[in-house]
Amino acid sequence: MGKNVLVIEDEPNIIEAISFILSRDGWSVATHSNGHDAVGVVQASMPDLVILDVMLPGKTGYDILRELRSEDATQGLPVLMLTAKGQVKDREMAERAGASRFMTKPFSNAEVLDAVRELVAG
Amino acid sequence: MVQQTLAGSRIRERRVMAGLRQAELARQVGISGSYLNLIEHNRRRIGGKLLNDIAQALNVEPSLLSEGAEAALLSALREAAAETEAVAPELERGDEFAGRFPGWAGLIAEQHKRLRSLEHTAATLTDRLTHDPHLATSVHEMLTMVTAIRSTAGILADTKEIEPEWRNRFHRNLNEDSQRLAEGAEQLVAYLDDAGDASAGMTLPLEEVEAMLAAHKFRFDSLVNATPDELSAFVADQAQLTSDAARDMAMTVVRQLRADARLLSLDMLERQVEGGKVAPAQIASDYGVPLSTVLRRLAAVSDEMLPMPLGLVMCDAAGTLMLRKPVEGFAIPRFSGACPKWPLFQALSRPMQALRQTVTMTGREAKRFDCYAVSEPIGTIQVNVAPLYHSYMLIVPLEESGDAEAAVGSSCRVCPLAHCEGRREPSLLADVG
Repeated sequence: MGKNVLVIEDEPNIIEAISFILSRDGWSVATHSNGHDAVGVVQASMPDLVILDVMLPGKTGYDILRELRSEDATQGLPVLMLTAKGQVKDREMAERAGASRFMTKPFSNAEVLDAVRELVAG
Repeated sequence: MVQQTLAGSRIRERRVMAGLRQAELARQVGISGSYLNLIEHNRRRIGGKLLNDIAQALNVEPSLLSEGAEAALLSALREAAAETEAVAPELERGDEFAGRFPGWAGLIAEQHKRLRSLEHTAATLTDRLTHDPHLATSVHEMLTMVTAIRSTAGILADTKEIEPEWRNRFHRNLNEDSQRLAEGAEQLVAYLDDAGDASAGMTLPLEEVEAMLAAHKFRFDSLVNATPDELSAFVADQAQLTSDAARDMAMTVVRQLRADARLLSLDMLERQVEGGKVAPAQIASDYGVPLSTVLRRLAAVSDEMLPMPLGLVMCDAAGTLMLRKPVEGFAIPRFSGACPKWPLFQALSRPMQALRQTVTMTGREAKRFDCYAVSEPIGTIQVNVAPLYHSYMLIVPLEESGDAEAAVGSSCRVCPLAHCEGRREPSLLADVG
């Protein structure tokens, strides 16, 4: 383990909870909370996996993901998308944008951990 | 007596359902096509041997052609039948059923009407749930709080050894998030309570705009010289518009109809429609205005200037009907897709080309209409960007009878036309005969 995860989410208490459970599992966690410069932050840090919320201030998670997928360096980067919307169309939008996995809020800690492990092992 | 006068309409409907051409049926019963045409348009009375011969050729009881049941009731029964999939009503015996048991048939028609009303309410509420920005934001915030609480509580419950400062922090987070969740829930309940009290808002924005346009008969000549503020005040003052979405949509339409009125004044049009003449292309040419302007304007002034009101329908490039001025006998579907054979849609594939076609609407009345359609680009022209188009169709009712140049329907479900290449879904009516 010891791999890097970048959590892009604007709710501080969710960031804190996810950071805690991933750190306890041996992951090195960095966080970011707005959409404006999220793409630059990913490109600068090049984590092993990104956990990306859909509703972010400045830019949506879908737009961020599309930009990441258009760059060679981040084309294959595992991205776990989090959203409060669980409708089929939201899942389809996430898939079209290039999400590696889609998770609907509220999720359990175990689900997040399992998804992160699978995607990085992947 | 009234029913006897409709025998021709019933013959025409049965013939169309059977997929027989007028000339073919005429040949089978030994009369000329033109005479059958007069009969079908109720211009010649029919009885005796000829009625029996036609009934035999159409494989129906003569009494069904001569007597029939009340047209509106039958129409309602057919609509009810077309919208059910679980059972298969004996459509070919609809006349007989309505004739023998008018009370029961009326009950079915009434219940179908009630069902439609309830479906409309459900569609409106669904639309509100889907598009209400306040509701969407509230639910999103609550789900975010629930997620934080669930995750934090999971950590406290599942982590055997946790440092005191982390435990304290998570307890504090739980307290904060649960308070925010409670406040959010209270606000949401208050909002829904208020929304529940509002009898307004039970219509979709487009329906509100249509109601407003109908109230003004599509005429906004009095606003030709209005300032932007006066225009906004006018729209804000319209009782039919209960939401910002409806007011925004109405503003767009009113601006366009006002611009039409500026280009084609009542005086200019009055000279052009003298004697009930409707010649859109000539008007567009004489005054150098876009044909779509003429079509909208003629529809708007027809109620007062012409012997009969003209209809108008508009769609975008996806074929979604966005504007409609109904005209009797030309059924425009509200929720389902319209007939793809309408010139309105054909115009989309031939932008900027004026189309004119005489059509017959399928159904008991089989009314004929002269339709003018054109598709014109919207927005500003940009380099290397394909324009979007709006298509307009003016619907002019025709008095005189004639053979069907092109039979069109309302929507597939209630259209009896057999062998239609444009059919999207089966019609129960098509199985009849």
